[in-house]
Amino acid sequence: MKNNILVIGGGPAGLEASSILSRMGYNVILAEKEKLLGGHLAKWDRLFPDQVPAKEVLNDMLGRMDGVKCFTETKVNSINLLENSYNAMLSNGITVLADAVLLASGFDLFKAEKKEEYGYGIYEGVLTNADLEKAFQEGKKSSPAPRAIGFVHCVGSRDEKAGNPACSKVCCATAVKQAIETKELYPEADVYCFYMDLRMFGRHYEDLYLRAQKSGIRFIRGRVSEVAETAEGRLLVKAEDTLSSKPLKVTLDRLVLMAGMRPSKTGHDVGRQLNLSIEDDGFFSAKDGLQNLQKSKLPGFFYAGACTGPKTLPDTLHEARSAAMEIDRYIKENFRK
Amino acid sequence: MIYEGKKKIWAEYQKEIPEDHYFYVRSCIRQSFFPASEATFLDITRNKLGKDIFETEHHTTCGGIAYHSDAIPQETAMTIIARQFALMHKYGYENYVCSCITSFGLYCETLETWREYPELQQKIAENLWKTCHLEFAKPKFLVHASDLIFKYRMQIAAKSKFKLVNKNTGEPLRVVEHIGCHYSKMFPSKGVGGAEYPYVLVGMVEAWGGQIVDYPERRHCCGFGFRQYFIKGNRGYSLSNTHKKFESMEPFKPDMIITNCPGCPYFLDRWQYVIAETEGKTYGQDGHGIPVFTYEEVAGLVMGYDPWDLGLQTHQVSVEPLLDKIGIPYDPAKKYLGKNGKYLGEPEKPHCLK
Amino acid sequence: MIDFGFSVSPSSRINLDNADKEKFARLAIAEPDVLKCMACGSCTASCTAGAFEDTSLRRAILSLQNGLSDDASKLLSHCMLCGKCTMVCPRGINTRHLILSIQKIYSL
Repeated sequence: MKNNILVIGGGPAGLEASSILSRMGYNVILAEKEKLLGGHLAKWDRLFPDQVPAKEVLNDMLGRMDGVKCFTETKVNSINLLENSYNAMLSNGITVLADAVLLASGFDLFKAEKKEEYGYGIYEGVLTNADLEKAFQEGKKSSPAPRAIGFVHCVGSRDEKAGNPACSKVCCATAVKQAIETKELYPEADVYCFYMDLRMFGRHYEDLYLRAQKSGIRFIRGRVSEVAETAEGRLLVKAEDTLSSKPLKVTLDRLVLMAGMRPSKTGHDVGRQLNLSIEDDGFFSAKDGLQNLQKSKLPGFFYAGACTGPKTLPDTLHEARSAAMEIDRYIKENFRK
Repeated sequence: MIYEGKKKIWAEYQKEIPEDHYFYVRSCIRQSFFPASEATFLDITRNKLGKDIFETEHHTTCGGIAYHSDAIPQETAMTIIARQFALMHKYGYENYVCSCITSFGLYCETLETWREYPELQQKIAENLWKTCHLEFAKPKFLVHASDLIFKYRMQIAAKSKFKLVNKNTGEPLRVVEHIGCHYSKMFPSKGVGGAEYPYVLVGMVEAWGGQIVDYPERRHCCGFGFRQYFIKGNRGYSLSNTHKKFESMEPFKPDMIITNCPGCPYFLDRWQYVIAETEGKTYGQDGHGIPVFTYEEVAGLVMGYDPWDLGLQTHQVSVEPLLDKIGIPYDPAKKYLGKNGKYLGEPEKPHCLK
Repeated sequence: MIDFGFSVSPSSRINLDNADKEKFARLAIAEPDVLKCMACGSCTASCTAGAFEDTSLRRAILSLQNGLSDDASKLLSHCMLCGKCTMVCPRGINTRHLILSIQKIYSL
């Protein structure tokens, strides 16, 4: 008999783990709350550092989903631990008895309107990283072309007051990538990145930064402090140029906010029912942070991806594969003696 | 500008303002800066709207000016405040309304400090007993007088004779609102609408027919800032802040400015004269300035008070062009007559500012 | 005009709207490497003149980006073109050549 495994979340982590587990011979049931699989990846146009189309990556993943029972627009209404398996009632009326559960609930984007001083939802020209990707996907080009565009790093990240002191890890590279793409789209425009530190830690990331510099993108070290609308309806943006220790202002047509990663609400809904521990940053707490990143404190309940903190796409995929391996080991040790 | 977005923020900063029964305390400086504003507040709330607003001659300064100028320590200011609250309690009130923003900020700060450090509150209660033999009490609701006029804005609109509308064009007047820094910047939750997009004055202006203009430096301080102004050597700094605001609002061509702080209308009004005389620049139409009002003055104007009874002749920037725009009648011959009809004397005409 | 004994003070704020972007673009064509500076400060740290006078190529580049060419001029006026900064620049910028180009284009 095939063991049932429930995967919660159909983003990159859930997809990758499901397809592997399915190939290992397990009966995988995946619940995704949205209409489409893919999570945030489905809403992204191109990926850093090499600007690979997100669609290609996602299609590869979806192509390996044969054999996985995918329920979209489906939430986990309730879940509880029986003696050695999990009983989950899904919102589509189906009940799953699973020997292992993988939580791949990912992240929610920080609600940029919480940073009131940036005027998201108030000024037309202020958008988020996700809004810009959507515009890229739709191939939208503004006419007349914007004359000046700014990118604000760390929006809702490294910000205690916004409830998130941590770094969201992907925003620096995303901002630089999007700045390059914007400059390619509007070569005459002045493009600015407002950063506090540039965290270009991954392979090829520093190359991306150099490429941005060479294309004339101006990096201003300082966090945007306030945004306002001018009489012409443009955006007056203020920051400190901390490298010259002077306040600075510039008029822009667009300001793109790098909204950071916050724990997913859907993930919390599941976690609450099983009393899973959450750390101060709101993300789930792994059994330990070095050797058991995929394990929770409950037997047979595993994590992959951004539900345990901000991660890049490759990080997430590695975790998904590790989780599949951990689950396989767990099933073999506990159910096939 | 997406108005809906602002409404979402406003919805998050709601403040409970009781309808009636308040203990009222005045500002130290408003009666000389804008002599009729507080009298107008009392007349509107008590006589026009029939509210119970109690005032006693025994109340004093809140100590804010001395506190912010580093002349008295915090505990002294807190004991003065405890005495004010004790008077409220003694006269049987639990809702406290103050006329001054500095006071309002200091009251908020004090209540918050007491909440966080109960041992300090205990010490202040002892100080109060030792010095005044008064029983320590805290208000159930603390509001600023502009909160109350905001609360009554629709009642005022219902009794209004004029609207903030240009009578020639039928267009709403373009109004700049300026909030005192200590109204909500320190404690955004204590102000109607928060600190980024405060709604307290916006609500009044909208209720009375005007249109708010947002300009980039709307959150910027007027430049009063106590220390900046009190010392002559620093006054250029105070002036520069006002100058920055006017340079920023100029392209929006505002008809008027409404404020809720004692210092801001004074400086936004008087510094226009100094800017005109030192820089040769004026910001209103045809060499006039942009008239600056307290919210009580604006409430009085829409309710049909005589402009000279509202003390508008004490403004530096002439208000007549705005009165003409709205269609509010006034007698130029009575501009400089006091309440008793006696001639008050007339100020010298500025060189540059009309 | 009246002398009140105080007046409006000039703003110290950088206004990028007023920066001479056309001149900087000319510099970037002549010296594409100017765009590669990542503000590490190696040039300033190693500067022979900088030990005695306020000299900094890093800040001069920043000043030009911010439209403050007078500041850039001051920061380069004591440069002796010794070339120590060229040796340490991690991005391999030909700093001596850059300084001369700045002088030429901005007529410092």
